[in-house]
Amino acid sequence: MKKYIYFDYAATTPVDERVIRSMTPFLNEKFGNPSSMHFFGSDAKKALEKSRVIIAKSINANPDEIIFTSSATESNNMALKGIAFNKKKGHILVSSIEHDCVLNAAKWLSKNGFEVDFLPVDKNGIVSPKEVEKRIKKNTILVSVMHVNNEIGTIQPIEAIGKICKKNNIYFHSDAAQSFGKIPVDISNVDLLTISSQKIYGPKGAAALFIKNGVKIEPLLHGGGQEKGLRSSTENVPAIVGFAKAAEIAISTMEKEKERLTKLRDKIIETLTKEIPNCYLNGHPVKRIYNNVNVRFSFVEGEAILFMLNSYGIAVSTASACSSPKLEPSHVLSAMGLKQEEAHGSIRISLGRWTKESEVNYLLKVLPEVVKKLREISPYK
Amino acid sequence: MNYSKEVLKHFSKPHNYGKIENYDGLGRVGNMTCGDEMFVYIKVKDNIIKDIKFETFGCVAAIATSSVLTDLAKKKTIEDALKITRQDVIDALGELPPIKIHCSVLAIDALTQAVYDYYIKNNLPISKELEDRHNQIIKRESCHS
Repeated sequence: MKKYIYFDYAATTPVDERVIRSMTPFLNEKFGNPSSMHFFGSDAKKALEKSRVIIAKSINANPDEIIFTSSATESNNMALKGIAFNKKKGHILVSSIEHDCVLNAAKWLSKNGFEVDFLPVDKNGIVSPKEVEKRIKKNTILVSVMHVNNEIGTIQPIEAIGKICKKNNIYFHSDAAQSFGKIPVDISNVDLLTISSQKIYGPKGAAALFIKNGVKIEPLLHGGGQEKGLRSSTENVPAIVGFAKAAEIAISTMEKEKERLTKLRDKIIETLTKEIPNCYLNGHPVKRIYNNVNVRFSFVEGEAILFMLNSYGIAVSTASACSSPKLEPSHVLSAMGLKQEEAHGSIRISLGRWTKESEVNYLLKVLPEVVKKLREISPYK
Repeated sequence: MNYSKEVLKHFSKPHNYGKIENYDGLGRVGNMTCGDEMFVYIKVKDNIIKDIKFETFGCVAAIATSSVLTDLAKKKTIEDALKITRQDVIDALGELPPIKIHCSVLAIDALTQAVYDYYIKNNLPISKELEDRHNQIIKRESCHS
């Protein structure tokens, strides 16, 4: 049988069996609406609040600071628009390497009466706190910088940026979808934080926004007043229960995972950059999440690499222009100053809970062959 | 990206790739900045494309269209090879995702340029139609136009 190997854990993760087991009762016998007063409702309500306590504890927050949402995209939209709508006007700073949901929410706000500026990154894809300080204005209401970048895995100095925001009395939001459950997330200098279930072996359809007590925010959804009136909708109890279980497992295995995956990640980076001519690492060599490899190969194109790996049963991802619906190169790689022809040949390899050393070895055997084959076809070698 | 079986077949085992060292005509189109660049080499004898090879930097569709174009043009007279259309390339591949149609244009352009190069090198008379096509190709500066 053909092997299928997943190297795209940064896109989404399979759901852990233990998580599935924790969810099942809430799909059938405990199916109630947490707002119902009868015992069906109270069972669901109990599970919901227990999940809230678990999620809160996982980032050292208070349970009443956790608002459950349906996705990191929703949490990020809620953070940006919720603060903006509450302040009614002002200036917003976001980094230029944010996920599209932050970037596009910010761009939408800029068309609707708010001033928006984008923070540059250095050649390694890191936002400098100094740049934040430099770009803050008297009317700045919010700064949003992600904790870990989804494409290149760079870890941003959110503590230092948060401190600057605090000093200047500006709200600071961070999208921690790629870091939560993998590395400790410190909320002491953060006012709003996005975390997600589907990146940590939990189900899709659950995420949360941490909103520090005292932070004023407008809801995006109006209705029955769930989640302190900030996010009306019947809570997705099975997914939220799964999210909490996934967080518990991730936090308790974090240290071991870090050690194991760091070794595998470094083996991939070292082998590829050493054995394949004109292969370079994108992003910071050290300030980098332990499950992310992003490399570029000169003279070949990312989508072609992806499909050829696919035929060997290996799944990776690429942000090459040719793979995007608008044929535009990755905004992250462009922000780092990579030339278009360099960005074209980039792929992301992301590791996770079920990545085995044997799979890494298979990738390291196949990928150099794939690049060699494509270079034989290419006019440049 | 959903590619047809035929596209993936040509991509994973492309036909006629590589250089022809003593080529009679070479067509180079696209560029690395845009993400696809094609070289088409032809060897001509008695007005027939005896041999044709390509080198392509680009995505799955760029490689597959190059490959299928060389199949379509091989052993054809120059006049017939110039009659190959974008639709012929797409039909031979089953289908192409709409945003990848420009790859089929690029393949036709590369062949056209190779023929033009052959005519120039051999001081052969160039028809107005070929001259026009050649001028249009070199005018296309922006990516994926």
